[in-house]
Amino acid sequence: MSETHAMPHRRPGLSPHQASRRRMSQGSRLPIATPARRNKPRLKLTRWIGLSVFGAWVLIAIFGPLFSPYPMGAFVSDEIYGGMSAAHWLGTDYMGRDMLSRILTGARYTVGLAVVAALLSSLVGAGFGMLTVLLPRWLEEGIRRIFDTLISIPSKMMALVMVSAFGTSIPLLIIAAVLSYAPGAFRISHSLATNLATLEYVQVARTRGEGRFYIAAVEIMPNMIQSVLTDMGMRFVFIVLLLSGMSFLGLGVQPPAADLGSLVRENIGGLSQGALAVIAPALAIGTLTIGANLLIDSLSNSRGSQKE
Amino acid sequence: MRNTMPKLVLGRLSSSLLTLFLVSLVIFAITSLLPGDTAQQILGQFATPEQVAALRVELGLDQPALLRYWHWLSGFATGDLGMSASNGMAVSQLMNDRLPNSLLLAAITTAISVPVALLMGLVAAMRRGGNVDRVLNIVTLSMVAVPEFLVATIAVLIFAVHLGWLPALSYVSTVDNLGDFVRIYAMPVLTLCCVLIAQMARMTRAALIDQLDSAYIEMARLKGVPPMRRVLRHALPNAVGPIANAVALSLSYLLGGVIIVETIFNYPGIASLMVDAVSNRDLALVQACAMLFCGAYLILVMVADLCAILSNPRLRNR
Repeated sequence: MSETHAMPHRRPGLSPHQASRRRMSQGSRLPIATPARRNKPRLKLTRWIGLSVFGAWVLIAIFGPLFSPYPMGAFVSDEIYGGMSAAHWLGTDYMGRDMLSRILTGARYTVGLAVVAALLSSLVGAGFGMLTVLLPRWLEEGIRRIFDTLISIPSKMMALVMVSAFGTSIPLLIIAAVLSYAPGAFRISHSLATNLATLEYVQVARTRGEGRFYIAAVEIMPNMIQSVLTDMGMRFVFIVLLLSGMSFLGLGVQPPAADLGSLVRENIGGLSQGALAVIAPALAIGTLTIGANLLIDSLSNSRGSQKE
Repeated sequence: MRNTMPKLVLGRLSSSLLTLFLVSLVIFAITSLLPGDTAQQILGQFATPEQVAALRVELGLDQPALLRYWHWLSGFATGDLGMSASNGMAVSQLMNDRLPNSLLLAAITTAISVPVALLMGLVAAMRRGGNVDRVLNIVTLSMVAVPEFLVATIAVLIFAVHLGWLPALSYVSTVDNLGDFVRIYAMPVLTLCCVLIAQMARMTRAALIDQLDSAYIEMARLKGVPPMRRVLRHALPNAVGPIANAVALSLSYLLGGVIIVETIFNYPGIASLMVDAVSNRDLALVQACAMLFCGAYLILVMVADLCAILSNPRLRNR
């Protein structure tokens, strides 16, 4: 690795010495109730809960359909809204299909769609965020204006308006999610990149005559990748909520395919009798998003305490 | 110094207006990219090309896009937002009928959630790192990530199915007494409150802790000011701006949450009107509702910004 590669990685984090000096200048804190110290066991706990719940869902999304006891669309029981039984662990749905099989496949849709959309949002947002710093001023302002406009449209509005115009389809849902969530990723990475771009090693690279893409990819990106990844995790949670919400409204994933939101919608008629077919997919979404949220929060918290 | 303030407020106001204008462009562009579609859709698949062409002239779809945009935009000033394609009523009439219901739902939710959230945020900040704070942290962190329909489902299971206190997912249109009123609003409001309170409490806690970490609070502590007084008299007044900011930003969540809640409980508000319009691909109605929601969102964000700016002398003089 050349020197220019190694240098930037160390730059933004303050050394312990610098950090303590900075803290002193803000007024020293007495040792009582220092949050970092007190919170340590809790951080570990939420991280493990988050990791195991979220990890389980990722595994289910990848491998789950392999283990599903029945085909997703097969009518396997005469009983509708059946309860738990040995043949149907999570009961049956409003048409007598096996709920466990449907959830295993539905999870793949929910997680898969959200992962793709979150990746694209971060790619678009962070990509523009880094590059605009290196573009001419007027172009930077123009791109910022576009993203500022998009961020002012609530995500559900964007999705609803797009579905009303083009009809729903999986690519359209992904585009709607990216249009709603790329601007946020852009804002964060743009402000990070703006700070990084003023640092000396970027100036040095500029003076050396490096191209824009080189500076963005080699000098700026490695120093913000961790924040971008944490941000992507948050976007994942939002997108799961958005897409399952759309499916719940009947405007998302369409039959015969079904994500977890569509499963809740299909079986909502069984709610008044307390059917497992409604509760199970709703809980599935809840645990997925809560797990992911706990994990991300503990990761970003521990990064914060490392900096202190 | 004095006169920078009105200038700042005016600047923020005009920038919001510009954004609203750009948002209207985006919404119109998305819904008008397929100009022939609307007429085709109203008439169905089996319409003759002549019928479609005639309807396009009638709807003004043969005019250039910019002209149509101008007519649409000026419609907001005159109140003429076009006709609903699915039931032939005026869009403005439909919205007028539904808007008060949604506003009432939002008002009740706000009135309940703001005090609860502020109290929770305050307690968590005062007991930072303690057990109460830890539990509140995990609870609010989980609630923020929960989809509305899970909360609604659980609420229905508990209150309607098991306890039988409330009707499940049905809207009663007659309000005779307070009991009916509570019965109608209990579950929608509860569902909306859950996420809203969690979010607001987290932001309130963060805003207060920001103040509690500052040097003057440490000074007060060293002087021997008791904790209660330290928080209520010293920190809270300085945190009012950031907390107001947090409240306004959290309230913008309502705009998304209400869409699911009105649908699941069959509540006759503006959001369920819009969802129906999207299902029927009733574009005029969708456009108008989307503008209403985006406008409300922009107002809340602007209020949040103004609270932050006005309460912080450093930002004020920037």
